[in-house]
Amino acid sequence: MNATPATDFAAVRARLGARAREEGLLDIAIARHDAPDGPLLLAATEVGLVRVALAPEPEDAVLQRLAETISPRIMRAPHPALETARRELDAYFAGALTTFTVPLDRRLSRGFRRAVLDATAAIPYGATASYAQVAAAAGNPRAARAAGTALATNPLPIIVPCHRVLRSGGEIGDYLGGTPMKEHLLAMEAAVTR
Amino acid sequence: MRPVRRPTDGAPPFETLVRDHGPAVLRFCIARVGSHAAEDCFQQTMLSALRGYDGLRRAGSARAWLLTIAARVALDMHRAAARAPIPVDAIEDLAGTVEPEPVADRHLWARVDALAPKQREALLLRFVDDLPHAEVARAMDTSEAAARRNVHDALRRLRSAP
Repeated sequence: MNATPATDFAAVRARLGARAREEGLLDIAIARHDAPDGPLLLAATEVGLVRVALAPEPEDAVLQRLAETISPRIMRAPHPALETARRELDAYFAGALTTFTVPLDRRLSRGFRRAVLDATAAIPYGATASYAQVAAAAGNPRAARAAGTALATNPLPIIVPCHRVLRSGGEIGDYLGGTPMKEHLLAMEAAVTR
Repeated sequence: MRPVRRPTDGAPPFETLVRDHGPAVLRFCIARVGSHAAEDCFQQTMLSALRGYDGLRRAGSARAWLLTIAARVALDMHRAAARAPIPVDAIEDLAGTVEPEPVADRHLWARVDALAPKQREALLLRFVDDLPHAEVARAMDTSEAAARRNVHDALRRLRSAP
């Protein structure tokens, strides 16, 4: 017998998510997570964290895209990779974590874009690189513009630190979460490593 | 790793179905089996829906589809409760069992279950979900005239001798 009355839909829904995952019926578990620059939406497959959506990305569109590219069996549900991601993101925003260890599912990035994001993942905490540099590290020094596209469609922002890539002149450049968030992350990392 | 599937474009994430239709399904379960058994009815309904969910259904009828499953789950719960003997020493557990239902109601719901799918869906949307015919039509992706006809045919069938 459940202690919570059936009329409490939020509680009923939470138990549904947990049961769906226990019974192996979910392909993607999701969770919202509050962060200093606005709420994040986290999504994980059985492989690992597959998507981090920043506040400006509409949740419905993000979920719809996941439904179309991976599977529509998506629900809010507890998931170890989501728990690790939440803990590490909190530590990161507190300046207490410089390297994420949460398991990742990189299936949303392929080809040259994947190579650009791998090069981006190698930029150390507190450091920056230019679009041309990550393009070169990805094997095509003349593809700075394509590198920009790869970074603009980064499925795992913050974790794969596309905020550490700047325009060649040192200009801040665009960011999925907005320029102020990019400035905030860079200033925070600089302060921690100083 | 599970291979990347290619669901139909526009297949809504299940999370959206739970958010948009979950409360209506739970209300329906409360009405059919009582508040104590409602959560069991709801969980069985949604897990069964998720088990068969590939996003291949026509998008507009998700609510009717879920209510149809819920109606069937509730019917099964009533049948099971009618069959099960009640242990004398389990009186306090009675609150957790499906509330007794008049025999006439049980027959009615069995006949709702036996309706043609379109008729049943239209009937559930019209009377369980209290949608006007125009909304029933939109949910089922049919014309309003077709929605009226489906509801009308369903009612005529239910009124005719079993």
